[in-house]
Amino acid sequence: MSAVARTIRVIPRFDIKGPNLVKGVRLEGLRKLGPPGPFAAKYYAQGADELIYIDIVASLYGRNNLTEIVEQTAGEIFVPLTVGGGVRSVDDFKTLLRSGADKVAVNTAAIRDPKILTDAARAFGAQCVVLSIEAMKQPDGRWEAFTDNGRERTGVDAVDWARRAESLGAGEILLTSVDREGTKKGYDLELIRAVSDLVSIPVIASGGAGAPGHFRAAIETGRADAVAAAHVLHYGEMTIAGIKSALVGPGVEVRA
Amino acid sequence: MSLSVAVVDYGRGNLFSISRALAHLGAEARVTADPAEIASAGRLILPGVGAFGDGMENLRERGLVEPLKAYAATGRPLLGICLGMQLLMDESEEFGRHAGLGLVPGRVRRFPDSPERRWRVPHVGWSALETGGAGWRGSALEGLKAGERMYFVHSYFVETAKPEHRLAVTPYAGLEFCSVLRAGSVEGCQFHPEKSGESGLCLLKTWLTKH
Repeated sequence: MSAVARTIRVIPRFDIKGPNLVKGVRLEGLRKLGPPGPFAAKYYAQGADELIYIDIVASLYGRNNLTEIVEQTAGEIFVPLTVGGGVRSVDDFKTLLRSGADKVAVNTAAIRDPKILTDAARAFGAQCVVLSIEAMKQPDGRWEAFTDNGRERTGVDAVDWARRAESLGAGEILLTSVDREGTKKGYDLELIRAVSDLVSIPVIASGGAGAPGHFRAAIETGRADAVAAAHVLHYGEMTIAGIKSALVGPGVEVRA
Repeated sequence: MSLSVAVVDYGRGNLFSISRALAHLGAEARVTADPAEIASAGRLILPGVGAFGDGMENLRERGLVEPLKAYAATGRPLLGICLGMQLLMDESEEFGRHAGLGLVPGRVRRFPDSPERRWRVPHVGWSALETGGAGWRGSALEGLKAGERMYFVHSYFVETAKPEHRLAVTPYAGLEFCSVLRAGSVEGCQFHPEKSGESGLCLLKTWLTKH
């Protein structure tokens, strides 16, 4: 077999604050867009391959508001749901899985105690353990992992952390460039490539998509397995189908 | 029409998604680990994610191996999903050799690692169903077309001993693996129909209503 075509997933990302979908720039300056339900229904009908919900204030307060939204979504939308924000324990994984999540994204808690990745993978299977990395480029050219939506430094090298997380039990990586997020300047391709080359588990590129060409670059140059999009979808600048037609090309397939 | 389905709960994986999809289709899902209820069910789903050895161990601990075999022998419909499909087989090479339920001849193997990272293991995402060694008529795939994409998450795949049990195959990792099998009233799918959008719901609906 010569070239193996890769099937790339297109995943709308929902940042949630209270009952609302919000959107910011570099995870700040949040604008309220309304309840996420109608957005989710629209993207499902357009062919979204998965959905990601992140409660972006949860880790500040140590709670997760999402269960109600997830429960409602899971009854109507039959593609995988990844849910995160404020996840602190294996019990939190269980609560979210019970409310309808298929995968749980964890960032802050895993940095504090990486064992949560191993424990959750053992309890529920690695396929539902998503490590969320919020990476910010540093003056020395490396990327540092941040927590609490890009607010807190950790001193942890983001690329190195991705590799360690894989060996600890993470089944997938949601890789967000904090400095690109909401800017529409394109994904941080070097960051995505650095992580994709190092791990065997799938990598979801997130943060910065603003134009059709950005998606294919994340796959071709960045070698990502999936692309997350927020701004262009939530503001109606692109559709899921539009993103998919921008992605398709030699060696790259999508679900029609 | 009232459709009742027993969903085997053996502590492996997310039973809520499958129950929700069944409810959406108008069926009543009874999630159960009761051997008597399983043996007497009219329609049975064996779900599951994770490791084969753990899955069999969990079935054994709950005393469910014999009830499942007894159920299958009655010829009533049984659908294995993901790990649940793999457990139908004779054996798996996952972390050493493990015996399965032996309801369908064949074994479970791991995807080869990729040279130059051309593919990932696990296989996560939407892949196409192509026709296998048997027609789709009268099976859960009736009503779907070749090329239909479903949502997969797995590192191991099923190899049926008999080509006629291979209802659909899917290309991945440089080979074609069995993505849907059927041996009499026993069917299995490697993907998650409850997470495969309208195509997956179509498969579940066909399975629920055809027999």
